[in-house]
Amino acid sequence: MGLYRAIFYRLVLAVVTLLLLSVIVFAGCQILPGDVGRAILGPFADARAVQALNHQLGIDRPLLVQYWSWISGMVRGNMGMSYTYRAPVAPFVIHAVLNSMKLAAIAFILVVPLGILGGVVAALKANSWIDRTIVIAGLSATVVPEFVSGIVFIMVFSIWLHILPLTGTAPRGAGPVTQIYYLLMPSIPLFMILFGYIARMARAGMIEALHSDYTRTAVLKGLSRRQVIWRHVMRNALLPTITVIATQCGYLIGGLVVVETLFNYHGIGSLIFSAAKAKDFPMLAAGILVIGTVYVTVNLIADLLYSALNPRISFGGSR
Amino acid sequence: MQDATAAALEVRDLDIAYRVRRRDRQVIRGLSFRIGQGETFGLVGESGCGKSTVALAVTRYLPENGRVRTGSIHIGGQDALAMQGEALRQFRTRSISMVYQDPGRALNPSIRIGAQLAEVFEVAGVPASERMDRVEAILGRVRIVDAGRVMGRYPHELSGGMLQRVVIAMALAVDPTLLILDEPTTALDATVEAEVLDLIETLRAEMGSSVLFIGHNLAVIRRMCARVGVLYAGTLVEEGPTREIFSHPRHPYTVGLLRCLPRPGLSKHQTRLDTIPGFLPTSLADVKGCVFAPRCGLAQDICHTTEPPLIPVAEGRVSRCHFHEQAPNLPRTTPPAPPTNRKKIPAFRPVIRADNISKTFGSAAAPVYALRDVSVEIWPGETLGLVGESGSGKTTLAKLLMGLTPPDEKGIIELNGQKLAHRATARQPAELEALQIVFQNPDAALNRSQTIRGIISRPMKKLGGYRGAALTERLSGLMSHIRLAERYLPMRPRQLSGGLKQRVAIARAFAGDPRIVVCDEPTSALDVSVQAAILNLLADLQAEQGVSYLFVSHDLRVVRYISDRIAVLYLGRLMEIGPAEAVFNGPHHPYTESLMAASAAEEASGQLRLKGEIPSAMRPPSGCVFHTRCPRKIGTICETTEPELVQREGDHGIRCHLDLDQMGRTVTVEA
Repeated sequence: MGLYRAIFYRLVLAVVTLLLLSVIVFAGCQILPGDVGRAILGPFADARAVQALNHQLGIDRPLLVQYWSWISGMVRGNMGMSYTYRAPVAPFVIHAVLNSMKLAAIAFILVVPLGILGGVVAALKANSWIDRTIVIAGLSATVVPEFVSGIVFIMVFSIWLHILPLTGTAPRGAGPVTQIYYLLMPSIPLFMILFGYIARMARAGMIEALHSDYTRTAVLKGLSRRQVIWRHVMRNALLPTITVIATQCGYLIGGLVVVETLFNYHGIGSLIFSAAKAKDFPMLAAGILVIGTVYVTVNLIADLLYSALNPRISFGGSR
Repeated sequence: MQDATAAALEVRDLDIAYRVRRRDRQVIRGLSFRIGQGETFGLVGESGCGKSTVALAVTRYLPENGRVRTGSIHIGGQDALAMQGEALRQFRTRSISMVYQDPGRALNPSIRIGAQLAEVFEVAGVPASERMDRVEAILGRVRIVDAGRVMGRYPHELSGGMLQRVVIAMALAVDPTLLILDEPTTALDATVEAEVLDLIETLRAEMGSSVLFIGHNLAVIRRMCARVGVLYAGTLVEEGPTREIFSHPRHPYTVGLLRCLPRPGLSKHQTRLDTIPGFLPTSLADVKGCVFAPRCGLAQDICHTTEPPLIPVAEGRVSRCHFHEQAPNLPRTTPPAPPTNRKKIPAFRPVIRADNISKTFGSAAAPVYALRDVSVEIWPGETLGLVGESGSGKTTLAKLLMGLTPPDEKGIIELNGQKLAHRATARQPAELEALQIVFQNPDAALNRSQTIRGIISRPMKKLGGYRGAALTERLSGLMSHIRLAERYLPMRPRQLSGGLKQRVAIARAFAGDPRIVVCDEPTSALDVSVQAAILNLLADLQAEQGVSYLFVSHDLRVVRYISDRIAVLYLGRLMEIGPAEAVFNGPHHPYTESLMAASAAEEASGQLRLKGEIPSAMRPPSGCVFHTRCPRKIGTICETTEPELVQREGDHGIRCHLDLDQMGRTVTVEA
């Protein structure tokens, strides 16, 4: 099996995953309690008006028909009309996803190097006080929910010290630097959740590699410690960490509901949260599918990256 | 800096301890030996004797909890223990090199071979432009023909034998003062082992290297080393010229160790193997007198109170024994005669018969024949030995009989004349009970979370339907048969030694009333003294219960000792099958002949080395699958026509175009 065939196979798998997700999302939205037309028009609207609206929205059609028209629209890039805004869903979702990506990118850029660095340092100083500090601090930070740490950071940095803004949304027309400045605070709770996780993975990988026979070979060759660590230990040690980071990447995009709501930031998390509250089915479904797409894509990239770095995975092909 | 006249390695009064649970656990005590320039010294001993710790200490790579308490190590006159920082790095670069047991793990999996070798030249200060040429040259030196191609490969793309050559090339690249070989061939096939040993010997002669050879295989040590030190429980018990020590040992431990080995010409029908009773001392600190006294048949009162010094027994020979003169008279610990209460089973049909079974993996477009048209039968009370290199299909055949993998459709497997279902899940309880297996690694085969009682009684309940008092009675009966004390019943596998665990695995197989037990390398992971005990046990159980064995092993001496008939597999084909003596003495198949030559590597027969590696089963050679490596190939007929398995002289079948008188014979030298 060649590389291209392997990629093709993975792509097919990704599409199947997304299709399954779409079915689950669609079914989930049907189960949501309440009448859509009633929700939009309010409790005092005339029953016939509600019925007319439902007919206009197409939700009185058979489920299979509804699903087909929805999913075929999705595939063609037509995400449908929002019930709440009476406007196409696409611009909302795209805007929100871009915002979320910005936030996730900042958190990612902060946490990945620092998490790996923390894990590497902890492993190199295994069982010392430095190691224990990093491991315990990382673990403690991971178990603090983001709404707790977020509120604490708002109190400390915005309300007492006045060094960081209260919200994540920069004023209109702000330049990139200002936008990053505004995003620092929301990314701290994300950083805290992920740091311990990445650091622990990196530490475990490092310790295993440090105790391996090939590291002994490298040391006994007479290589300096720096050469041993950089050339022989790191590469093998950090491979498993890549997979973990990729999974967490998906979390960064999809799991932002709490943080985005807390910092009043218009990302995909807060978008699907409000869509769910308003029973805005097209908006909700499109949002979830977009998150799913990002998640699947990121994992696909991680798999390919992993196999590119690991010569033992050659997709069954021999040169 | 380096003294040209100094010993390559001089170890004096070395004491090493590991810190375990805040207590020092001594592993090496008062060890002294010397390796002169150009000398090859072997350090031999069973697992746990501390031989690898010595190698780690010499290379200054003891684990963090390991500490040299007293003593000194000098290499080429340099004090190895005093070295720090840059000096230590230089010392590792120029003075010592090491070849390890498992070459697959000793090389970095994600760096190309060429780059890994080039590093050696980098630290030695060779300019970047010359390094790759030097790598190519050194690979040529270890007889790798296609050096350029190998340099571009990753370790997982090369075979074990090839990898070990690469590691040897790496070790010899800078012409070190001392070369340490730590079990360099233990992980390799016998045929590959023979080749690698040849190579080491040639290179050593060419370069005049001084070598510390660490190993447990006495035969390999005998071939490779001029002098040998026998290590027991961290203590050097005997030292001297290898040939003298192995032919006239003067320490009871050495005597016992040599007696454990199944020698050529010895069979289970004539003699039981001798064993060494008891276990290694758990703590060296508590040992008052001689460390070996608790296990020694010659021990007197003085042995338990006063530690003997190393006593000179001959020119250049020492033995740490008060009664070294009597050592050769060490009484046997097991009666030599095999059990006489032989259970006679009327043998009118084979207990198991496989007719034309094949196993094909892969797709129809690209089939891989793991096993092809193999027919074997095993008679009641008989052992069929199964030999062949890795990849020859030994384990596949065992798995097919067990029903762990189904064979291709057309094959037939019969138990006592009854056709067996291809899958174990479709077989009757009585059939499952009759067909049992003992695996190579008891650690992996026994459930760690169950007690010994649970492990052994489960098949009794499941297959035999035993309950309550009947179960207890059967359990204690079995335990006494397997010679396993009942106090082990409540324990869990990790609390037992390797030999005891294998006894439990055997007990589990015998929990029902098996008619045939597949033994898949049952002693390969064990020390020789434990191996001897397990082989005795298997032979005794066979004599008492009339059970049959399919005995899979790569160790021809072991197979020869335990087997009545032998089957030889190569690339999934049955090349030869017949009575053990006929197969071993010949005339035999050229492949069997080559295996025998490789097994006798320690006698350095020189000829008949199998060149190259076993071809891929995906692209088996045309005609006779062995023609690419055959030392007695006749001509084109071998490349075009696959010979039939023809019965010659009685029931001795050989798959070869040669006539009987053209085939080789192997003369067994009685050791």
